[in-house]
Amino acid sequence: MTNSALWYTARATGVVSLVLLTIVVALGIASRSGRQFGGLPRFAVAAVHRNASLLAVTMLVIHVTTLLLDVKAKVHLSDVLVPFIGAYRPFWQGLGTFALELLVALIVTSLARNRLPERLWRSIHWLAYACWPVAFAHGLGTGTDSGSGWMRAIAGACAGAVAAAIAWRLAPHFTEHSDVRRPLTRRPPAALGRTR
Amino acid sequence: MSPTATLGTAGEPAFEQELAGGVLTAAGDPRRLLAAAAPDLATHQRHYGPLPWMGGPGRLIQLLEDAGLTGRGGAGFPSARKLSAVAAGKRAVVVANGAEGEPLSSKDRMLLTRVPHLVLDGLQLVAEATSAAEAYAYVPDDLCGPISMALAERRGIDRITVQLVAAPDAFISGEETAVVSRVSGGAAIPRDKARMVVTAGVRGRPTLVHNVETLAQLALAARGGAAWFRSVGTPAEPGSFLATFSGAVVRPGVYELGYGVPLGQLLGAAGGPSAPLHAVLIGGYHGSWVPYPAAAQVPVSRAGLQPYGASPGAGVIAALPAAMCGLEQTSKILDYLADQSAGQCGPCLNGLPRLAEEFARLVGVPGRQSARGALQEVRRLAGLVEGRGACHHPDGTVRLARSALQTFASDVEAHRGGSCIARGTRGRS
Amino acid sequence: MSMVSARSGAATGVKLHIDWTVCDGRGLCIELLPELLDRDEWGYPVLRTPRGAAVPRELLGAADEAVAACPKRALKLLKR
Repeated sequence: MTNSALWYTARATGVVSLVLLTIVVALGIASRSGRQFGGLPRFAVAAVHRNASLLAVTMLVIHVTTLLLDVKAKVHLSDVLVPFIGAYRPFWQGLGTFALELLVALIVTSLARNRLPERLWRSIHWLAYACWPVAFAHGLGTGTDSGSGWMRAIAGACAGAVAAAIAWRLAPHFTEHSDVRRPLTRRPPAALGRTR
Repeated sequence: MSPTATLGTAGEPAFEQELAGGVLTAAGDPRRLLAAAAPDLATHQRHYGPLPWMGGPGRLIQLLEDAGLTGRGGAGFPSARKLSAVAAGKRAVVVANGAEGEPLSSKDRMLLTRVPHLVLDGLQLVAEATSAAEAYAYVPDDLCGPISMALAERRGIDRITVQLVAAPDAFISGEETAVVSRVSGGAAIPRDKARMVVTAGVRGRPTLVHNVETLAQLALAARGGAAWFRSVGTPAEPGSFLATFSGAVVRPGVYELGYGVPLGQLLGAAGGPSAPLHAVLIGGYHGSWVPYPAAAQVPVSRAGLQPYGASPGAGVIAALPAAMCGLEQTSKILDYLADQSAGQCGPCLNGLPRLAEEFARLVGVPGRQSARGALQEVRRLAGLVEGRGACHHPDGTVRLARSALQTFASDVEAHRGGSCIARGTRGRS
Repeated sequence: MSMVSARSGAATGVKLHIDWTVCDGRGLCIELLPELLDRDEWGYPVLRTPRGAAVPRELLGAADEAVAACPKRALKLLKR
């Protein structure tokens, strides 16, 4: 592959990854609601969320590999493992490394979910809310195309989608049946004294 | 062997007989557990003799099989089987369950206050039989002090140190997996039962949880032997049991009786009814209403009560006078039970309050017809929540509701028509 | 003792167990096992056959999917 081809592939897979991660976050939130979404039954919402995340990882593997192979990009293996030590825009590139590491943690714990304590899986999964903004900032900060119209449009749409999903997450009655269910208490009830 | 006809009263020493180094009540007399005059160790040893260590699991398991001891905490599970299951495991844990969350029951409290050493003897014996690594006494907060003192007296006798754990004052505190959860350091709420407690209980180890009365009975059986133990009760349900009488009886309180005594005679232990009765609640808040005097001849045992869908449970007997409305009382109990949900299982947390609500609508307001459709809703909700929860709290609540609809069927009709039979006998109020 | 489902599928001795302490009534299992599960008014799964969660042979695959799909890991298949 020519250097230019590697470079274009790196940029393209970067953009596609951001779009996929946006879908992952939106569907992750939809999953949490317990509702059907976009005509998909609940089990399909969860399945697409999972599959999109695996597809995003695949895109990112290509993204990182092409950058490593591209001589002009000056990305070394150490930059993939340790953030903020790169030659080109170290801060913004470092964010990419950071986002990648967060994503690896999310994926690995999810694949090994049956073998891990549920609480551990859950607390690590919350890092998804950190992963997406860091990836987004990386995309805008290092991305060669950031200034162009189409990139701005895509970035705007992704940010809009995530913002809308989060607003939905925080809205009342987000969870299905929350309007008819009593809140869980999970505690030994206080004694009411002895009746009769 | 015929069921015993003698009914004892708590605290009175019966005709005594030397037996195995101690002094136990005679064969056939059910007054066994509460015979000691004072709770201290010296009185205990004088009355019951020293702790009869049995050396290894075999002897105790055999004894319990021969004696036919079953759990006295309500479930009535054969004690020998439970012990075998735990003895087969490693690094076992034994727990004396004295939580007694049932408001109508006070027998465990009485045992822990009057004869703590019988209970603690039983705990040492099961610890010996299971080669237990840890032993716990799970008792209400206010009894921690006295039990702690009793444990201190036993230094030098006890072969395993017993750790005290305070039980919260709530209805489900005494549920087996709630006990395990609390002793493991968590909240006293039930856990999922995919793995049995005898296999994986406290911190994942084989755990033996026994009601304190079961342990006390065990401690007596170890001294008196299987034949002596069986001299009271029925062949299928041997031994004595502690019953807590409340409601419209002359002398409410805890009495020790044998299984198989007819209900009417049983009530005589507490002085008999203090007013004409309508029904008797047997088994506590998760029990069943049995019509009275219609069921006066029914033997109080699992077999005898089975046709009524009832069971002696943990020995709670509450007498309902005819002047009190059984539906109103049931409604109050259902409100309580709904409130006592641990709040972790959806069907229980959501369903029990709805069931209580609809039952209250069925009872209605004096002088007015009960709400339309309430009876159907009660039946529907009962079927909906039954069996759907980590523990049997929904099941027990449903049992009570259904038995009320059955035993008080004529009251249901009256309420639907806007009147109340019980209030009618008192005159309009 | 193995149980045969009311629909006379082949008996397997496998039971669908719901851990009610973690079930959040999300409903994925109900979508994947509609033959065995219905939903109550609060969203929680209800077993259709009154006294049994027995999984017949033809539903074992779907049951495995349901167990894997539960977002709270509340389902288990227990073998007698």
